[in-house]
Amino acid sequence: MNKLLIRGGTAVFADGCRRCDILIEGGKIAKIAETIAADGAKVIEADGLHVFPGLIDMHVHLREPGFEYKEDIASGSAAAVRGGFTQVCCMPNTDPVCDNAAVVGYIVARAKAANLCKVRPIGAITKGEKGEQLAEMGKMKEAGAVAVSDDGKPVSDARMMRLAMEYADGFGLVCLSHCEDKSLADGGAVNEGKNSTLAGLKGIPRAAEEVMIAREIVLAETLKKRVHICHVSTRGGVQLVREAKARGVAVTAETCPHYFTLTDDIVTSFDADTKVNPPVREEEDVAAVKVGLSDGTLDCIVTDHAPHHADEKNVEYDLAAFGISGIETSFSLSYTALVRGGVLTLEQLADRMSAAPARILGLEGGSLCEGGAADVMLADLSEKYVIDAKDFVSKGKNTPFGGTEVYGRVKYTIVDGAVKFKA
Amino acid sequence: MLGKDLLGLYETSAEDILAILDTAVGMKRLLTQNLKKLPHLQGRTVTTLFYENSTRTRCSFELAAKYLGAGTVNISASSSSVQKGETLIDTGYTLDAMKNDIIVIRHPMGGAPRLLASHVRASVVNGGDGINEHPTQALLDFYTMREKFGAFKGLKVAILGDIKHSRVAKSNLYGLTKLGAEVTLFAPGTLLPQGIEELGAKVARSREEALAGANVVMGLRIQLERMHGGLFPSLSEYAKYYGVAEEHLRYADKDCIVMHPGPVNRGVEFTSDVIDAPESKICEQVLNGVAVRMALLFLLCKNRQGGNANE
Repeated sequence: MNKLLIRGGTAVFADGCRRCDILIEGGKIAKIAETIAADGAKVIEADGLHVFPGLIDMHVHLREPGFEYKEDIASGSAAAVRGGFTQVCCMPNTDPVCDNAAVVGYIVARAKAANLCKVRPIGAITKGEKGEQLAEMGKMKEAGAVAVSDDGKPVSDARMMRLAMEYADGFGLVCLSHCEDKSLADGGAVNEGKNSTLAGLKGIPRAAEEVMIAREIVLAETLKKRVHICHVSTRGGVQLVREAKARGVAVTAETCPHYFTLTDDIVTSFDADTKVNPPVREEEDVAAVKVGLSDGTLDCIVTDHAPHHADEKNVEYDLAAFGISGIETSFSLSYTALVRGGVLTLEQLADRMSAAPARILGLEGGSLCEGGAADVMLADLSEKYVIDAKDFVSKGKNTPFGGTEVYGRVKYTIVDGAVKFKA
Repeated sequence: MLGKDLLGLYETSAEDILAILDTAVGMKRLLTQNLKKLPHLQGRTVTTLFYENSTRTRCSFELAAKYLGAGTVNISASSSSVQKGETLIDTGYTLDAMKNDIIVIRHPMGGAPRLLASHVRASVVNGGDGINEHPTQALLDFYTMREKFGAFKGLKVAILGDIKHSRVAKSNLYGLTKLGAEVTLFAPGTLLPQGIEELGAKVARSREEALAGANVVMGLRIQLERMHGGLFPSLSEYAKYYGVAEEHLRYADKDCIVMHPGPVNRGVEFTSDVIDAPESKICEQVLNGVAVRMALLFLLCKNRQGGNANE
């Protein structure tokens, strides 16, 4: 069996960072100790590098099947490992919609063929994401689905969402809710406020998001079921989740790098790469999202990686597609804004980007421990670089972060003991 | 001085605004002659590219170009390859290839003129983009105000109507605040955009407060086409609480003028007696619109490479 020794790196454990050697054997972490003899193992000299549990992104769009011109499972997986991710969960808004075991199985097979990161499909809550009839959650789970969501097409009917939470629970699946009251969002393109007025673009009020977060919390609370809130972007949203958690509601929540690094000042540029749903908000929201990540109200960081073709962005802002290609910049942005910015410790960052999503969805990985899957990421935290979409291996070059200087370069991504990315 | 394009007044300096108004004075003089023709834009081409219906703006630009001797081409979205799915940028490349000097664009989406401008060599004039800006309408409004009052400093301008969907209100607000005037807005809560006060406007709580001491009373058209459902209960309720009738003008300065970008919904924004009152400058605005657009086209052409028109 191939053996791999990561020597001399600083490993990030839940309880602190320690310089140690890590021996990988048979796809598992065989041993963690102060010094381990190479003894025939291939050695990665990790002196000066930090060793993280492989990052897990529980909210990405890989576009396959149906939109391979935007991204496919192979290109998305390559982008994921370049970003330090060993495991990603892909949303079901493909064509056909991933609302049955056959599509789940197809995704699993395509991911296996790509053989880069672990790809865990998320099944649709309702057939065709139409919000009318529950999808076959049991069969999807058996085929490999790890959660259910109608991401992007939120279940507008409250009774349907209630049924979904009750039914999904029977299979140990959690509903991931993209919270957006479409009637309040009203076809808007950017955050409603001074900047939407200034740009003359239709606004999406914070209430569109918060009204549905409140609904999901109330449903989860009264039904005593779990719910997970996708990409929280507003101060009010953070507060709703915080209060619910304090009452003991089984709610978890995520946010994305663009919600703690950008404000809607950028939309007056009319650069469609800034268009994302929910939209980037204002200073007070950015601050609240950071506090939410720090106090654990927001459990995890996801990318909502949403690759698009340039032609879908190079049009009138109103016509441009929503979404940011974010999986290759997430770690650096998060490390720079949150750890260097004094919001999180390194251990907390590893929790939000790896342990927490594993916990929420019951996935393997998420920590560096003997006997655990050898999903590992090595990064040079002192390395500074400038983000350039030309470097992306994702087909989606749509990023508002071009030209942004960040710290923390991913150097190695190791999945089940095999090096899948090396800088 | 004025750059390649005129996309909005938010980014246009007070000096440039005044330069356009100054140039328009001579243009207006020409318009009152029988022989309305100057050679300044001979050999130039002005294309109007309209993705929304318009009579007065389009006609005004076309006449302005013609009075200055330019060739004109009019393209409507309905009659062009837009129907075949061509993107705005590709349409721009096509127009550029045909050596247009100026493209006047009207578009239902904010920011579209900017997108076009960044991809073409031609000068782009924003003829109204969605709910963003309508700079030439505001310029003709300023011209009309200056004709009456001579200056802008301390001028009180009340704007009533559908502010939320009004690109006219915003261009007026941006320009007037730069020129030293005070802008007060009044509308039902559903027709006021978020954050407008942060952009320099005062928002009145009542019609009386809005009109108090106003030198200019500007009504905005209730844009039924931009509303989808229920922003106010009925036109008659709107007229009753938000419209301006003759009796309300007594709150305004006694020397005030009444303005409206048109087309007017009679009996909604203004009653007919207000529209037809001696204080009303609504028809004068239309004439001034041609003069201001002539000035703008002239100045933009002068700026262009190989420009330096026959002065």
